[in-house]
Amino acid sequence: MRGRDVICILDFKRSELERLFRIASTRFEGDELRGKVVALAFFEPSTRTRLSFETAVLRLGGGYIGFSSAEGTSIQKGESFSDTIRMLDAYADAIVVRHRIEGAAKLAAELAEAPVINAGDGSKRHPTQAMIDLYTVWREKGSVDGLTYGVLGDLRYGRAARSFILSLTLFNPKRVYLIAPKGLEPKQELLERLKLDYELTDLSVLPELDVLYVTRIQKERFPDPAEYERVKGSYKVDLKLLEDAKGGLMILHPLPRVDEIDPEVDRTEHAFYFKQAANGVPVRMALLQEVIG
Amino acid sequence: MNEKKLIVSKIANGTVIDHIPAGKALKVLKILGITGEEGYRVALVMNVASDRLGRKDIVKVEDRFLSKEEVDRIALIAPTATINIIRDYKVVEKREVELPDVIEGIVKCINPNCVTNQPREHVKPRFKVLSKKPVKLECHYCGEVMGEGEIAP
Repeated sequence: MRGRDVICILDFKRSELERLFRIASTRFEGDELRGKVVALAFFEPSTRTRLSFETAVLRLGGGYIGFSSAEGTSIQKGESFSDTIRMLDAYADAIVVRHRIEGAAKLAAELAEAPVINAGDGSKRHPTQAMIDLYTVWREKGSVDGLTYGVLGDLRYGRAARSFILSLTLFNPKRVYLIAPKGLEPKQELLERLKLDYELTDLSVLPELDVLYVTRIQKERFPDPAEYERVKGSYKVDLKLLEDAKGGLMILHPLPRVDEIDPEVDRTEHAFYFKQAANGVPVRMALLQEVIG
Repeated sequence: MNEKKLIVSKIANGTVIDHIPAGKALKVLKILGITGEEGYRVALVMNVASDRLGRKDIVKVEDRFLSKEEVDRIALIAPTATINIIRDYKVVEKREVELPDVIEGIVKCINPNCVTNQPREHVKPRFKVLSKKPVKLECHYCGEVMGEGEIAP
């Protein structure tokens, strides 16, 4: 993967992801990025993604530069995204980009000689999140294959859910259930890409699930605020719902959560979302080591 | 052209775009940027009988030849069209339009949040042609997929 851009989860083969998972699950020396500088260009707010990239760089002995919003940068003076990327390309060995505009990471990859890692652009792609999600399943269940998945929430505007669903096409899940409130169903274009056994359904399938992937409703990406008001709070995972769950059910959530998982669920054996968030560091360490280490 | 009687006379030099789907001739003229004020002699025939298409449109433009980009754009809205190059009243070249595998610069992405629709970035739109019949394009940058009704060349 040396020097490679990371734009979309589908740019990867299953074997490459499994190699990444093996690296993520082993010990790092701590000097893999010595002398390397990573630019963290976050044009849109982020907590976990940015901090876990920062931690990953530091734990590998590298340094980072960057910003966590467009405020305070020359973007506010009218500088283009393209010019900002050209500048970062001159300073850093790799560029991690998050942007609200779709295709921003792809454009950055064309402009920069340094490898570009997409840390989420618009409502479509979030490849490193998908890597972390798959890694969490792989680590806990021993394999991504043969399991029954439910993906619950905003399947229309949520890039994490979209990337996770697409990433499952690289493996052999037993079945994938897509569970979305009315109006937040996946776009036809996504469904057409799913070469796997899937079904649009509701939470009545819960007893069948090995993995339940929950996402937040993406308030910030709704074209119409009234539409958001209509669907907010339309699903919730709580102890009552989980009475019907299988013993080994894993609940994942890319976080942040709002009210879609009751905090009481955190204490159950099903809650894997904090572990998933913690996995952000070793997976991003593995990725950085592979790309520029 | 197999009409029993030609509606308009032959041209000496120029281009005849035949087998345009009925009703699309004005769009073809628009793609070519022909408003009438340029002074070209233009003949436009609409909704005439066609063995192949049932009904078709035809556009004839004297002393005007098409660039590759123009042919690609015509292919997007009139995939059945044939282009005849006329020199000295004779057809010297006849070819069908065909969409290339990649289209650059001639179509806008329908996703308003796509980086190609940000004026500050000056990015030329680029699409992978997923399917030629029916036309289906995928944005190289944001991955949006556009079907026939959504494409505006």
